[in-house]
Amino acid sequence: MDSFIVISLIKVVVVFAVLLTILAYLQWVERKVIAHIQVRPGPYRVGPHGLLQPLADVIKLITKEDLVPPHASKPLYLAAPFLAMTMALMSIAVIPFGPIIHVAGYQTAMQLADLNIGVLFVLAISSMGVYGIALAGWSSNNKYSLLGGLRSSAQMISYELPLSLAIAAPLLISNTLSLRELVEKQSGGFWHWNVLHGPFPQIVSFVVFLIAGFAETNRVPFDLPEAENELVAGFHTEYSSMKFASFFMAEYANMITVSCMATLLFLGGWVAPWPAEYGSRFVPVVIFALAAVAALYHGMNPARRRDQMSLPVFGILFFLIAALFLLPVVQEWLLPLFWFCAKTGAILFGFIWIRGTLPRFRYDQLMGFTWKFLFPVAVLNLLVTGLLVALVS
Amino acid sequence: MDVILFLIFAIIAVVGAINVVVQSHPISSAISLVGVMGSLAVLYLLLGAEFLAAAQVIVYAGAIMVLFVFVIMLLNAGAEVRKGQSSIALFLGGPLLVALLILLAWFVQQLFPGVMVYFGGFRGGSAQDVGRALFTTYLLPFEVTSILILIAILGAIVLARKEMD
Amino acid sequence: MRGVPISWYLTLSAILFTLGVAGFLFRRNIITVFMSIELMLNAVNLSFITFSYYWKQVNGHLIAFFVMVVAAAEAAVGLAIILTVFKNRQTLNIDEVDSMKN
Repeated sequence: MDSFIVISLIKVVVVFAVLLTILAYLQWVERKVIAHIQVRPGPYRVGPHGLLQPLADVIKLITKEDLVPPHASKPLYLAAPFLAMTMALMSIAVIPFGPIIHVAGYQTAMQLADLNIGVLFVLAISSMGVYGIALAGWSSNNKYSLLGGLRSSAQMISYELPLSLAIAAPLLISNTLSLRELVEKQSGGFWHWNVLHGPFPQIVSFVVFLIAGFAETNRVPFDLPEAENELVAGFHTEYSSMKFASFFMAEYANMITVSCMATLLFLGGWVAPWPAEYGSRFVPVVIFALAAVAALYHGMNPARRRDQMSLPVFGILFFLIAALFLLPVVQEWLLPLFWFCAKTGAILFGFIWIRGTLPRFRYDQLMGFTWKFLFPVAVLNLLVTGLLVALVS
Repeated sequence: MDVILFLIFAIIAVVGAINVVVQSHPISSAISLVGVMGSLAVLYLLLGAEFLAAAQVIVYAGAIMVLFVFVIMLLNAGAEVRKGQSSIALFLGGPLLVALLILLAWFVQQLFPGVMVYFGGFRGGSAQDVGRALFTTYLLPFEVTSILILIAILGAIVLARKEMD
Repeated sequence: MRGVPISWYLTLSAILFTLGVAGFLFRRNIITVFMSIELMLNAVNLSFITFSYYWKQVNGHLIAFFVMVVAAAEAAVGLAIILTVFKNRQTLNIDEVDSMKN
């Protein structure tokens, strides 16, 4: 019993530390990718390639003046970012990152809590996340905040419907609500993944889930409620310093949750695209070795003088990581983790790519899109999936 | 462990319920009611109703109460002014209420002697069991409630739309 | 004996129901009255699920599920009615909505 508690505490500390670092560096990745889409360098002064920029941002946000607007409802004003952040971080508790591993004589799953209603738990937590935004908009005593808060909450609850229906369709095929069993039923090769497998490949579900996920996390093209030129930054207009940072961290954490759920439901979680005996364990080695070669080659004649030290250092680092993947003792947990992070990272890159590319919807277009197109499509998809599953089995 | 969890969440539920009734601003009542529903969801988990607990949070706390919060924000409901409260009624009624509740608690305790609720005592509340019962025994109520929801949607749209003249 | 006596759950359900009735009778704001109704329905749900544990059957869960669905439908229509009444009378105090004449 107490080994369970100690192992769980260690897992909580590890997951929390890694998650907060990823949240900070996800913002760096977003700024760099959007900058390169817009043919400009992005942050590159603070540390090599701007890698210390998140640290500088955190210092700036912590030391900013923390105002509370006059006549704002103090308890709700202070509780709203806390609520948003708590709900965003809680859903990571049920996400499985890998299979059951054996470490130092103990057997444990790479997951904080394996609920057998894991999918419903994630849906419940994302429904509760609406409160943070609605209360933030209302308690700021500012008409722009109120409008932004109302619009954002209406958008979030409207898009919860296609999201839930898009989740229901692969659940019909997998027949389980537990996230771990969902991935274990997709093991094999990539032809077993839910997006391609079964009596009805869940491609429509996948697309509907991603679109609804964009709207749930208030990302472009659905980010009108927090647009800066329409609503003076919407529901977080009156928030400054760490409370503002909490809203942004909550948004990135929601993005990570949606990407993880898409990976688990549709792309097979931590399962490699083809079974390990046909060489898929060498894929990460090859990828990191190629990255190392590219970094070292560009380190020979760098385009900027400040990169003369950093690029060779990165090259050597990537070689070391590639060598790490060859050690058989870490392969048991590192390989599934690599595949999980690769798939989730690809979807996050898609989130960032779309932010740099598409313009935003107007609010009535946004609501018309969900009620008149996305929701009927999700219902039809569920009907067809249910019909085919019933006919086949 | 069961006792501690039950006591914590029962006290949160009762304090939240008292808050719903006592607070003058509707938004504080709404937030307290969300707290009540959340603690009730934990109590459902202790009773082995895992699907109902998730449904409680998704449907009640996550959708119905959001609707309440919306309407309060839209109507800009202010704090309620209390007048005409007789304190004699409070002095007589309060203790009588507590006495009746204690009598009820004793009576219920006599009705179910020795039956204990512990986590894991009832394992038939999973999603599979609820789903099986929903689509076999309770199929007719299920279909009727879907028509009921359709009627409610139509009613809400008709009542709340702007007159297009 | 581990666990909690089942009468504690039933007593909690009775307390919540009583508080709901008290809110329904004593408050003047129509939205608070509605929230007291939801509180009553939640108390009844707890009672159903407790008895479902007692009889070791899943039927109580199903009935509680249907209560939730009906409460959702009622909340939607009720709030639409509140919005309409507010549009016509500009008040949320049920003491002031006391005649059919506008």
